[in-house]
Amino acid sequence: MSSPETKATETKATETSAEAATGHGDISTGVPNAAPTGSGDSNASATRITPGNALRPEDIALEVRTGLVKPSGDVAEYALRLGDDALILAQRLGHWISRAPELEEDVALGNIALDQLGHARSFLTYAGGALANEDGTAKSEDDLAYFRREHEFRSAHLFEQPNGDFAVTIARQFVVSYYQFELYRRLTESSDETLAAIAAKAVKEVDYHRDHSAQWILRLAGGTDESRKRIIHGLKLVWPYVGELFEDDALVTRLAEAGAAVVPSSIREDFDRLIGEVLKEAGLEVPDVPSAPGGGRSGKHSEHLGYILAEMQVLAREYPGASW
Amino acid sequence: MSPHGNPEVPASSATEINREAPKASPVVEPADIKSSPVVGPGETRVSTSSNTPGNAWGLWEVFVRSSRGLSHVHAGSLHAPDAAMALRNARDLYTRRNEGVSIWVVPADAIAASDPDSKGSFFESPQGKDYRHATYYTKSEGVKHL
Repeated sequence: MSSPETKATETKATETSAEAATGHGDISTGVPNAAPTGSGDSNASATRITPGNALRPEDIALEVRTGLVKPSGDVAEYALRLGDDALILAQRLGHWISRAPELEEDVALGNIALDQLGHARSFLTYAGGALANEDGTAKSEDDLAYFRREHEFRSAHLFEQPNGDFAVTIARQFVVSYYQFELYRRLTESSDETLAAIAAKAVKEVDYHRDHSAQWILRLAGGTDESRKRIIHGLKLVWPYVGELFEDDALVTRLAEAGAAVVPSSIREDFDRLIGEVLKEAGLEVPDVPSAPGGGRSGKHSEHLGYILAEMQVLAREYPGASW
Repeated sequence: MSPHGNPEVPASSATEINREAPKASPVVEPADIKSSPVVGPGETRVSTSSNTPGNAWGLWEVFVRSSRGLSHVHAGSLHAPDAAMALRNARDLYTRRNEGVSIWVVPADAIAASDPDSKGSFFESPQGKDYRHATYYTKSEGVKHL
């Protein structure tokens, strides 16, 4: 298995043709050759824009298109699950834009949503490599996001749960980010190099999501009677959907034996411990509520997903191929 | 609950994070919050008396260092309930395009600023005094390494 750094270098080599093929070139708008040469750089600016060199969904799309990588059917199904989790959460969080309690929190939730959308794009693009359209081409991220029906989505129920008030969203973020961190942390060791590379990029972002949610758990719990009441209620609303995240099935077991996937049940212990530490500091308890039936991984969803998909997919379906 | 819940309900309670505050009244008006300095877990008490009316959160000035070896440069300001959240908000608002490697946040009212009206007496004196610049002086003969 190559390290994430090696992976980034490999994709870098194909960058020129990637730009030509995808139209996503260098996004740098800073001063050319503005690399700092030491103290007193007169070009230095607090707002200079540099693109960085992290793995992008476009890089994966190019690898898929040129046949450099091709996931097996199992890996594609696994990538669909991870991608759908992130996609549905991104859509949910996006609804907070312009509605958060403060402008700063608006941007924070928007950033988290965009991080999740980025992970979704990478996972779905990769999954598409094993799924063909009718004309034989690999399915694109858009094909998978916009033109699948509800029962074809593989996201767990937690991600489609309504935003509720701010406390409910924070409670959902708390569970999601601690789960995703433990998952991606282990997935960086995957024998599947693309999954490992996506996870390596995602884990750093999810680490920040953990911090964001934990800060708010502490503040809501330690705030007023009202904020405390709401966060307790929020945790109670999302907790029935925690169990599904850690359910194993034949697919993940098979993939885990090959070293490609992470067995969900294997991360439950760390999740419980770390969640417990934050809740203890906040003076909160793990809600004692029964588990929901789940079934998202096999396409059985709650009534909420249909509404999300209707809103998310309507434009692409009404105007196929539209661009803006 | 509607499909999207009801995020429009103002979450004013979320803006108050004083753990030591008396937990008597369930409804806290922004005015009440304003009167009590906000303190986050593990944070030192910071005066946020510069609150703008209607905003429960204090104003913070943000300084970003774009790379190693450079100075922190003022990037803008933001609202936050305490220093820990101010740092995080600054990260989200001012470094989302890879602008920085280090952030400082300072309560806006901790900054003493020069009076814009006294520009004349403050800043005009150095004008015309070019002997305060090194280039005013000619190089002396026989002095090396200049």
